[in-house]
Amino acid sequence: MRLASKDLLGLADIEADEINLILETAKEMKKIVASSMKRVNYLQGKTVINLFYENSTRTRVSFELAAKYMGAQAVNVSVSTSSVLKGETLIDTGKTLEAMGTDIIIIRHSQSGAPHFLAKNVKSAVINAGDGMHEHPTQALLDMMTMRETFGTLKGLKVAIIGDISHSRVARSNIIGLLKMGSQVNLYAPSTLMPIGIDQMGAKICPTIEDAVEDCDVVMGLRVQLERQKKALFPSTYEYTRFFGLNPENIKGAKKNALIMHPGPVNRGVELTSSLIDADNSVINMQVTNGVAVRMALLYLLTGREEA
Amino acid sequence: MRTLIKNAKVLIDNKTETGIDLVIVDNILISMGKNIDNEADKIIDATDLYVLPGLVDAHCHLRDPGYEYKEDIESGTRSAARGGFTSIACMPNTNPTADNAAVVRYIIEKASQKGIVNVYPVGAITKGLEGTELSEMGTMKEAGIVAVSDDGMPVMNGDVMKKALIYAKQFGLPVISHCEDINLTDGGSMNEGVVSTLMGLRGIPSSSEDVMVSREILLSEYTKVPVHIAHVSTKTSVELIRQAKRRGAMVTAETCPHYFTLTEKACLGYDTNAKMNPPLRSEEDLKAVIEGLKDGTIDIIATDHAPHHIDEKNVEFEKAPNGIVGFETALALGYTFLVEQGYLTLSELIQKMTVNPARMLKIDKGTLECGKAADLILVDFDNGYRIDVSKFASKSKNSPFDGFKVKGRVISTMVNGKIVYQK
Repeated sequence: MRLASKDLLGLADIEADEINLILETAKEMKKIVASSMKRVNYLQGKTVINLFYENSTRTRVSFELAAKYMGAQAVNVSVSTSSVLKGETLIDTGKTLEAMGTDIIIIRHSQSGAPHFLAKNVKSAVINAGDGMHEHPTQALLDMMTMRETFGTLKGLKVAIIGDISHSRVARSNIIGLLKMGSQVNLYAPSTLMPIGIDQMGAKICPTIEDAVEDCDVVMGLRVQLERQKKALFPSTYEYTRFFGLNPENIKGAKKNALIMHPGPVNRGVELTSSLIDADNSVINMQVTNGVAVRMALLYLLTGREEA
Repeated sequence: MRTLIKNAKVLIDNKTETGIDLVIVDNILISMGKNIDNEADKIIDATDLYVLPGLVDAHCHLRDPGYEYKEDIESGTRSAARGGFTSIACMPNTNPTADNAAVVRYIIEKASQKGIVNVYPVGAITKGLEGTELSEMGTMKEAGIVAVSDDGMPVMNGDVMKKALIYAKQFGLPVISHCEDINLTDGGSMNEGVVSTLMGLRGIPSSSEDVMVSREILLSEYTKVPVHIAHVSTKTSVELIRQAKRRGAMVTAETCPHYFTLTEKACLGYDTNAKMNPPLRSEEDLKAVIEGLKDGTIDIIATDHAPHHIDEKNVEFEKAPNGIVGFETALALGYTFLVEQGYLTLSELIQKMTVNPARMLKIDKGTLECGKAADLILVDFDNGYRIDVSKFASKSKNSPFDGFKVKGRVISTMVNGKIVYQK
């Protein structure tokens, strides 16, 4: 079994068995990350480029390490130092990078659909590392890997996602992916940050935080994306925390050992209280480790498509 | 010069008459009837073809001056002729803006030299389309404009719009309103709904159009000045206009072929050829637009011909400009999606593309009448064909209809007695 497409643009574009394949492969990759050697040759001779049009620490480093652990050449292109500032278009940048012999382009972009547009115009594999408010498929894959490690399966899991759903590509990818894998997804957000029609995708919009987390296996907080908001969609951080922040009290109704998750970076005390971030059932750091494993799996599966 | 068109189908009193001959002497249609056995310098066999009045477009963008890489008056009028349009009203969002007599004179002068169909410039409502100061409507009227509009941009300030209505009336100029509340649009690039949510694109709520349609109707009723609503795309707008007409408000409305053929789903895959303003809406809106066309709420089908260069459209979705090439697909889409589906009769469709826009613009066009300039088209409604954008006469090819199977092909276009397009 292998991936059907040359690219990973979003979880909307892949099937449940492909998600399973990535997660199974990631399980093996995690052993490499945990070992003292951290070096295999699966990607020897391959070149991977991180093309980031938006700031990122964890995703970019995670992809870079994933490539390097497997022996690939990994190059980071950040927009502030590139010819993008000279007015080069995304297509031209992509074609230029490809002409240098790139096998995989990992792109993060503020415009939804930018990776799809790039993928149509280059032969290299394109991985979406987050596009606008659309998808962040590798984040959802690492989230699903983390859930699966704990519960053994995703089928039948109840997952609550709380926060700025509108601007969140993490939420979209998780909703699409989890529903594909047979989980149930509950949502709660300030009404100004709940996108229209999201329930038609199969997620449930809940009237209160307590309803959303009721009997859940996983409670996921989303980052308040202050930089993405053109104007105040909630009146103040105080009010956000007061009515939409997660705390030990309002998640009491979740299952006893429900996982606490967050895609990071966390605004401590805003989306979640510090006590939740540092609680025993918080898996925020495990998510980061799994991020490297999932990205290794993906790079491996995408470069191995032709040989397989 | 005497031209005889033989054996045509013609719409007379809303009915198709066959075996009609038409005689054109120089530029005038002089007679029309059965078996006119006349000598002629030129005989055109129109067997199996309809002869219809040349189409009138109340809304297009010729991009000249300023954006000649997208389109110019020569290519734009060729595109119009290929689509069967013999009279077109072009919007003022050129560079420089057609908000003064000099630019208007340039357009008219160039159209008379390079244009092959009748070009009627629309002047700006406000200087620079900025929505603040009224433009020189009187001077532009002397230069030759037929209407005013800030199309592409709304006049956000209600007081400016109210003054524009009463001032335009003094010069007998129709006011065409692009209805959009920029604050509600809030940077959106497609219709707000489940598809925009799925695609992670900022949505434009239908209310962005509706609140302004509502405002224009109220201002028109208050000032007792007619207003024309451009490119109606939503269910609520259709209903607002329907109610206003019932009250006797002096409101007319147009829609465009894309609003009765496509929905927001055409944007899936980030297809920038499906990006326009107003955006493609929901299935429900599409049905309401068709209902509005059927019951006469929507008087006019306009093209909103909006050519863009391929490099401008081949970009990230939110960065792409709005609009599609419209002339060369409008008649076929109207016939295929409205007449063949039984929503409109051929006669009703043609009225919405000829006399109705001509009446709104107050130009003496859009009819097939003896004694008038011979602006007419020969159309084959029998044989289906596939739309092929590479064949467009327009400089631009941005159309979501490439490959669509349609009926209604323009075979010849005659302007002022002269064949300007021949398939």
